[in-house]
Amino acid sequence: MRVWKFGDDIDTDAIIPGRFLTIYDPVELAKHAFEGTRDEFAKEAREGDIVVAGTNFGCGSSREHAPLALLGAGVKVVVAKSFARIFYRNAVNTGLLPLVCPEADAIRDRDTLTVDVAAGYIEVNGKHLAVEPVPGFLKEIVDAGGLVAYAKDLDEVETCSTG
Amino acid sequence: MAPVDAAMIHDITGPLAVRVFREMGGERVYDPERIIMLFDHQVPADSIPAAENHVFMRRFADEQGIHNYDLLEGVCHQVVMEKGRAAPGEIIVGTDSHTCTYGAAGAFATGIGSTDMGFVLKFGALYFRVPESILVEVEGAFGRRVGAKDLILSLAGDIGADGATYMALEFTGRAMREMNMAGRMTCANMAIEMGAKAGIVQPDAATWDYVTARRDIEPFDLAGDPDAAYRERRHYDVTDLAPQVAVPHNVDNVVDVGDVAGTKVDQIFIGSCTNGRYEDLFEAAEVLGNADRFADGVRVIVIPASRTEYLKALRAGLIERFVEAGALVEAPCCGPCMGGAFGLLAPGEVSLSTSNRNFRGRQGSAQALVYLSSPATAAASALYGEITDPREV
Repeated sequence: MRVWKFGDDIDTDAIIPGRFLTIYDPVELAKHAFEGTRDEFAKEAREGDIVVAGTNFGCGSSREHAPLALLGAGVKVVVAKSFARIFYRNAVNTGLLPLVCPEADAIRDRDTLTVDVAAGYIEVNGKHLAVEPVPGFLKEIVDAGGLVAYAKDLDEVETCSTG
Repeated sequence: MAPVDAAMIHDITGPLAVRVFREMGGERVYDPERIIMLFDHQVPADSIPAAENHVFMRRFADEQGIHNYDLLEGVCHQVVMEKGRAAPGEIIVGTDSHTCTYGAAGAFATGIGSTDMGFVLKFGALYFRVPESILVEVEGAFGRRVGAKDLILSLAGDIGADGATYMALEFTGRAMREMNMAGRMTCANMAIEMGAKAGIVQPDAATWDYVTARRDIEPFDLAGDPDAAYRERRHYDVTDLAPQVAVPHNVDNVVDVGDVAGTKVDQIFIGSCTNGRYEDLFEAAEVLGNADRFADGVRVIVIPASRTEYLKALRAGLIERFVEAGALVEAPCCGPCMGGAFGLLAPGEVSLSTSNRNFRGRQGSAQALVYLSSPATAAASALYGEITDPREV
């Protein structure tokens, strides 16, 4: 699928600017994704396209509108050298797959990329690049399709002692 | 999963959390007394959709028996702190990245998304990875017109925007112990700008004085173990620290004020959860001194972080001074830092702001430039219409 390549420290204000946060529908949010910083994304992104970035993708605001805007644009996978913490959780929780790929620098804009999550690699330009598995318990949320689906059948949760 | 002591939701990310709570089959929240609701990002409503969000949240509060501070009290993080809703040792989450502010009260507090919050509303618990910690020991004494904001900006420059990702920053040392609660909140607030999950100031007598004045709670000792394993120990001395400025477009792009002195500014914003407290407004007013007016051609927007802080500043005569000097003083809210409600920048405009983020487009046009500084530097710059070292005023 087509790659949209971004640099380091792509913040959630860039993914979806603050003035659109009264919108909750992913498809409507997608119309404003990267508005002002990469306007062609909203016009040209297609179902199955993949966002690839450098370090600290999704830093800044906790707005879940950011992963929703990408999902609304048809993006289901984000590959980055590293993710900001809140964005990473929000992605897992909403069903957007965040894959850490230390060699993401080798991927260029408009490359065609395929992901084999089970095998633990992505394939681009005839090369296999390793991706780190989603850790531990988060895998269960990913497999369920997000935290809503995961939580639907739960009546209560077990908590640890924090004293 | 860990139990959550308190959960904060506001007008921007709250409606989505409530929708998720419903989608998860939620009917009654786990404990209405532990949920803090308020509106601060788009207040008074700046659009019909914002007004609809407020109505939606008010109905949810009424239905669930949640106390709603509504739009009357101010910016979420200031309100949580000043109402005594955060205390040492507690686990607090909020659907806002600057929730880490409550680390100033010794709480483990972290920002989460709306789906996480939907889960918390239903179950009163959340999954966490226990973070590694970086110990930040800050020694020395601040020079004149240099303070907490300069310290945290210099730390952001040093540690980097992702240097503490998924970790907790633990602040200690003489300079932290001598810092007032307002300054500690400024430091904890910006832990997220280094990617941190939490920024905790070692609780001491000042912490407990603040907390017990607001809540009926018995103080107890809470400190890191002497043999605690830290990912890293970093030492700083603030004695010779110059006023710091973050330049476009990253918070870790930090320089001494002298390196950008003379940069013309169109708008100056003094406020936000980072620097909208009485102490911040006092610092700005002290730099303003007896000057008649701010410089021609610069818009100065002052927004106290809460109704309580507004009243303190009003009674001390600070608000009168700002208005006399030509500032626009707005009611407590996030203001230009929200990048949507008001105070937006046109392409090519330059803003100096006491808030916490200078991302491209954060305060309006992606072709605008946002600089970050302390209230003292902002006030000095307002006097001259260009970035100015407050020590030279």
